[in-house]
Amino acid sequence: MSISREDVKYTANLARLELKDKELDILSKHLQDILDFIDKLKSVDIKEVAPTSHVLPIKNVYREDEVSRSLKTSDALKNAPSKDERFFKVPKVIE
Amino acid sequence: MSYETVIGLEVHTQLNTKSKIFCGCSTEFGASANTQVCPVCLGLPGVLPVLNHKTLKHAVKTALALNCSIESFIKFDRKNYFYPDLPKNFQISQYDRPLSYKGHLTIKDKDKTKKIGITRVHLEEDAGKLIHEGDDAASSYVDFNRTGIPLLEIVSEPDMRSPGQAYLYLTTLKAILKYLDVSDCDMEKGSLRCDANISIRKKGDTKLGTKTELKNMNSFKGVKAALEFEVKRQIKLKEKGEKIMQQTLLWDEKKQKTVSMRTKEEAHDYRYFPEPDLVPFVLKQEEIDTIKNNLPELPEARLSRFMSEFKLSVYDGNILISDKYLADFFEECAKTYKQYKNLSNWIQGALSSELNNRKIQVKDLKLAPLELTKLLKIADEGKINNLTAKTVLTDMIHTGKSADTIIKEKNLAQISDSSALEEITDNVIKDNPKPVGDYKNGKENAIMFLMGQVMKQSKGKANPKMVIEILKERIKNA
Amino acid sequence: MNNNNNLFSLSAKDIITQKTDPKSVIASLTERINKVEDKVKAFVRKPKINPAAKPSPKTNQPLWSIAVSIKDNICVEGQLTTCASKILSGFHPPYDAEVITRLKNAGAILWGKTNMDEFAFGSSCENSCYGPTSNPHNLDCVPGGSSGGSAAAVAADETIMSIGSDTGGSIRQPASFCGVVGLKPTYGRVSRYGLIAFASSLDQIGPLTKNVYDSALLLNTIAGYDHKDSTSADIKVPDFTKSLGEDIKNITIGLPEEYFTKGINREVKIAVDTAIELLKKKGAKFIPVKLPHTQYAVAVYYIIATAEASSNLARFDGVQYGYRKDTGQGLIPMYRATRGEGFGEEAKRRIILGTYVLSSGYYDAYYLRAQKVRTLIKKDFDDAFKTIDCILTPTSPTPAFKKGEKLKTPLAMYLSDIYTISANLAGIPAISIPCGFTKNNLPIGLQLIAKPFAEDTLFKIASAYEAETNWCKIKPKL
Repeated sequence: MSISREDVKYTANLARLELKDKELDILSKHLQDILDFIDKLKSVDIKEVAPTSHVLPIKNVYREDEVSRSLKTSDALKNAPSKDERFFKVPKVIE
Repeated sequence: MSYETVIGLEVHTQLNTKSKIFCGCSTEFGASANTQVCPVCLGLPGVLPVLNHKTLKHAVKTALALNCSIESFIKFDRKNYFYPDLPKNFQISQYDRPLSYKGHLTIKDKDKTKKIGITRVHLEEDAGKLIHEGDDAASSYVDFNRTGIPLLEIVSEPDMRSPGQAYLYLTTLKAILKYLDVSDCDMEKGSLRCDANISIRKKGDTKLGTKTELKNMNSFKGVKAALEFEVKRQIKLKEKGEKIMQQTLLWDEKKQKTVSMRTKEEAHDYRYFPEPDLVPFVLKQEEIDTIKNNLPELPEARLSRFMSEFKLSVYDGNILISDKYLADFFEECAKTYKQYKNLSNWIQGALSSELNNRKIQVKDLKLAPLELTKLLKIADEGKINNLTAKTVLTDMIHTGKSADTIIKEKNLAQISDSSALEEITDNVIKDNPKPVGDYKNGKENAIMFLMGQVMKQSKGKANPKMVIEILKERIKNA
Repeated sequence: MNNNNNLFSLSAKDIITQKTDPKSVIASLTERINKVEDKVKAFVRKPKINPAAKPSPKTNQPLWSIAVSIKDNICVEGQLTTCASKILSGFHPPYDAEVITRLKNAGAILWGKTNMDEFAFGSSCENSCYGPTSNPHNLDCVPGGSSGGSAAAVAADETIMSIGSDTGGSIRQPASFCGVVGLKPTYGRVSRYGLIAFASSLDQIGPLTKNVYDSALLLNTIAGYDHKDSTSADIKVPDFTKSLGEDIKNITIGLPEEYFTKGINREVKIAVDTAIELLKKKGAKFIPVKLPHTQYAVAVYYIIATAEASSNLARFDGVQYGYRKDTGQGLIPMYRATRGEGFGEEAKRRIILGTYVLSSGYYDAYYLRAQKVRTLIKKDFDDAFKTIDCILTPTSPTPAFKKGEKLKTPLAMYLSDIYTISANLAGIPAISIPCGFTKNNLPIGLQLIAKPFAEDTLFKIASAYEAETNWCKIKPKL
């Protein structure tokens, strides 16, 4: 499959990544190389093969409905780049 | 031209649990911002989710009550999108294999019943809250307390044909959820939210028209009003020959109209894939059967039973069963009091209005059913009149005292002693010669005035039947 | 008896046998670091121990007095943890990873955070915001990656043991390049709670040590069920040190023809062949095996790993922690600038690739197909292990390469993990142990792979080989 510069741009926007023009050029080329390599998977017969999401056959892992201690608000906010006493602050969505 | 309305609803309801879906933080409503958060629900780097068992049990219970099939292999998926109220920038939800699908519920629209299809019921985590008003105009403020609250998403088929049916669907669904004791369904607290899809088409058409999505309704009445507004708006566009655009509209409660979302909507590309941090859940048929066999009696069945067992009308039955606790209360009273219609009137009337006035939920009511039936029996025996009984009931709810005690303490028992009544009556006749004359001259109504005077002097305690008799007799003999 | 001057060169086993006290170990290591760290740059910051902190008095703890260095993608409460990325600058986790809790409970001394490829994306330890780490055996060469700092710190005797993480070879390949022992345990053997996720279905934490005994000893401490990690296996953990020294006469080892192809470096091939001869002499039986889907492993890996990574790394958005670049143009430009500037080149490449393979219209062609081929790769191993106990391969097709050599050609870099990736896809345990040196004095590693939870088999064979060789004791000249 071939990936265009526009595809990379669209994908970068989905991933919320700002790319400079030069980065976009290099990335497009690298991604094309990798996708060409990945294309070899097309030759594998996967009819009636189930996908593997988990390698171990573990199932039904639960926790019981019990309340445990939460963080102190000040600890929760400690790493925040922008905050007030109780809230994380983020720039507003501007249309 | 006549049109048909097509409505589908998507309901998100908060499940009743003590702790969140993937961590042990409390789900208590109303806590101060960012106090019910931990590394897991904050999505800090390195943390992992572990499913709260109760959320799955609640979900299966609900799905079974909605006649859904249960998926034997339950898995979670990640829904990827960026938003500041979503700490991981993905939501753990269920995508291609929801835990249940293809169910229905039955609504009773006047005398007709109608099945509304349920497309799917699935579990997911809630997002946080973004607050746009704060000290800093360029900033929004994020509170993550709600992040990770367990939600059940219930999606209906586009089977409703009027806003009224949508309203009935919601009240029916709410009653079921309350009967199951899986959710508070309190829209004000955000524990139940509803989005609607609506389109119109020419009567007889089979193809669906272009739909719009309505959001931001915060009551069932709001949903109905928004849908009614939207039907009119869409018909108006059609009549003018204009195109209906597929879009998301917000209901403006104050202006009572739908408004277009101002933000530009991007094409959604959620990049769903199976959540690798949660293992699959496999339910054995026996487990499902156990849950099914232990389902409580649901509103629909209870209504039929109330109608046959207590000979109540659909109307009365519907009011009683709409609130599980109200119906429970009725049934408890019915064990010791067999005048069911009178009981139903009292519960729907005096009791409910008192609860409304005081903003008390039925489940928080301290009045024992037996106490109410005692009161009703006292009234039936004529020891107090109905008016007095109502004030006694108010006192009982307020003080927790028994009817007997209140009647005694306040000396409310009816005066049925004829000599006492005769004395009062004679005084009234003496003091009101004109009405007495009127009555004598054939103005029957005048006696009611005199009766009122007797009641007044007796402070409402006089036995009305006896007063009338004594009055008539004394005036005749005078 | 060793004096304090060379305590740093001891293994954990030696320190425990000699009952060396923590203060002397720290003093010796500090001296060593002061001498060599500027050349090696194994750590993201020079390790420091708070002088006020008292060493654990419980001398019978299994890791008492043992310094263990931690890869910078594992959360330590209150200690800067950045995954060698600018985007996590300033992040101090408010919690300990499960392995850290276990190390603390075992009496270990937490000895600094080691360098790595940003978010474990790389095989050379060059993609770090702190700059590259050097191979202690040849400072012009890379130490391998992504746990390059952990491997180099052990090889350079700057620590006693270290902890790394392995998603596609990130423990084994650097262990091989640096001449140390590196183990990737079975998926689910060690809790991932607190490991900042790269690819959740592949990541596993494991030890990098100076010999096989230390590897078993460290695994004893970190292995075991953790209720905070749903994918952690509730399986009994044996004392792995007990399997050391057992004879290997009844062991059958498979040699997969797909791993001994023309891409393999001649010196590596010779070293591995010599090791095979030695094991034969010790009584192990060798048979050829087929792993026919091996050729697809790298392709499958780069789809699954990048897809999961694109989602796992979505949380780094400048909202709750780490780097933020606010452009003053609102939320979305903040996201884009923060992530555009905060992530390095390789991280961006993988996020884009992972986002692309999950995006609308491509899921089936890439992600779903890769998951299916993953099933086939796992089945290859399941089939092979029906007749053999273990598989032997080179760890890497080449010894350590020069810095900068593969930075411009990502695909070539990806292919250097060709022998290690399959074990992650199949979730099975694999160990790399030193098996010789090139004529330029670069270490060579051999890899042993076993069936799920058969780490004891790996230790048994590895220790039998180690007992007959001296490779572990050959130290770099620094």
